[in-house]
Amino acid sequence: MAEARLGHPATQEVPFRGGGFRPRPVRYVGVTVFVIVILILEWGTRAGWISNLTLPRPSDVALTLWRLAETGLLWDHLLPSLGRFAVGSAMGATAGIALGIIIGLFSLARAGLVPVVAAIFPIPKIALLPLFVIWFGIGEGSKYALIALGTFTPTVVATYGAVDNVDRTLIRMGQSFGLSWASIVRKIVLPGALPGILSGLRISLAIAIILLTAAEMIGARYGIGAYVLEAGSLYDLERLFAGVTILSVLGVAVNWLLAKIEARVLAWRS
Amino acid sequence: MELRLDGIRHAYGETNVLDGISLDIPSGRIVCVIGPSGCGKSTLLRLIGGLERPTEGQVIQLGTPPTGSLNPLTYIFQDFALLPWRTVAGNVSLVLEDHPVSRSERSDIIADVLTRTGLIEFRDALPKNLSGGMKQRVAIARALAVRPAGWLMDEPLSALDAQTRELLMDDLVGLWAREPFTAIYVTHNLAEAVRLGHKIVVLSRRPGRIREVIEVRAPLEARKTADPNLEAHQRRLWALIRDEAEAADRELVGG
Repeated sequence: MAEARLGHPATQEVPFRGGGFRPRPVRYVGVTVFVIVILILEWGTRAGWISNLTLPRPSDVALTLWRLAETGLLWDHLLPSLGRFAVGSAMGATAGIALGIIIGLFSLARAGLVPVVAAIFPIPKIALLPLFVIWFGIGEGSKYALIALGTFTPTVVATYGAVDNVDRTLIRMGQSFGLSWASIVRKIVLPGALPGILSGLRISLAIAIILLTAAEMIGARYGIGAYVLEAGSLYDLERLFAGVTILSVLGVAVNWLLAKIEARVLAWRS
Repeated sequence: MELRLDGIRHAYGETNVLDGISLDIPSGRIVCVIGPSGCGKSTLLRLIGGLERPTEGQVIQLGTPPTGSLNPLTYIFQDFALLPWRTVAGNVSLVLEDHPVSRSERSDIIADVLTRTGLIEFRDALPKNLSGGMKQRVAIARALAVRPAGWLMDEPLSALDAQTRELLMDDLVGLWAREPFTAIYVTHNLAEAVRLGHKIVVLSRRPGRIREVIEVRAPLEARKTADPNLEAHQRRLWALIRDEAEAADRELVGG
């Protein structure tokens, strides 16, 4: 400490050690990663260090998709799939939200139904498809049922969890102002549970897309699942990947739509 | 309307939290309840407002609440308890929607209470955009809207910073001076108690019993922050609860 005694302490800036641990949106990076991966695959398949038995050439997949759209066959497959996805997941999500709210509100329903839901949850729903075919027929009914059951269980679990997480002080406030039970449920519990329900729907709808494909692999002439199955059994990689691309785009579209809905109805969140 | 607490005892399981509480809350007076943390202050308030049932004893209303009072016993909460998805006006509207009040009457009441609390220009703001002080003003406006006969205030200023607390104390004194209301004001802040209380009830450590009731005679409007008279009261209160507060501080929680 010789300098200090002389009145000339060594000066040094305090080193910065904060920062990081804060995710922030970075634009265009997601798209760039996609483009780079596709370019590498294109290069590899053209140069030959990826054999055409392993992966199809991305440009060929794109061409297949283009032809599919041009011939109108795309719509023949996509529209029935979208219909099944919409009907099945709407049934499953509606029933799931309704039952989840009932479980969240009534102790008796909770005691009776939570174990049942827990028992259904881990069953691979695809395993039940033959059963559904007997129950609901080989047509649309069994497909709706499979997708509905698949979306139902995660929605129930997410919904009653969301109801449990509603701020109790707000409910207490409602009671202290003499609000009716129905008002408390409609104006406090439901809006308070909405964020949890919507994030549960993200998972449920992804499961619905998986089950849609599975359902269409049995007893469907049209549908993305049928298209993928047929391509797979012929080992037609271009068509297989074209089908898979469509499913992936469907998933991204559903997610984007949900994000839009969240941004709109959950604008009150800080 | 007066409130009377008659021999109240309250227990959670085996633990007594309140014991032998008998107290009169006269009409148009503010009664402050202070005590060390965990002495059952907030429980007492929940009992008075009917959010919980006492194990023993009863809470009695003397006289009928004035006509036009939509919710005779109304709470102000420490954490404001505003619905984050409703605007300022929407939060006030919430507590009127279940009452037989016509749509135009409702918007008149909302405009009136928001004007009285200085919030009228923020009527369409969401709670997330308001400061803590503004949020508590919204809660006060919401309470005013149902014209309570008794205010049950659970540490209403404890979540606010010191300056905002001063401002809101002035607001409360102003509201009381315009139209004296009956209130039970639970706090752990002695300065708030001597500033706002006509009567200060000191509770002991758990199980909470009434240790002393102090009357502060100076009129509310005349009380100022660094008033030596009030400070004397405050010192006396501190002397009363210091040891208890120390002991409460060293207690294991949830035992």
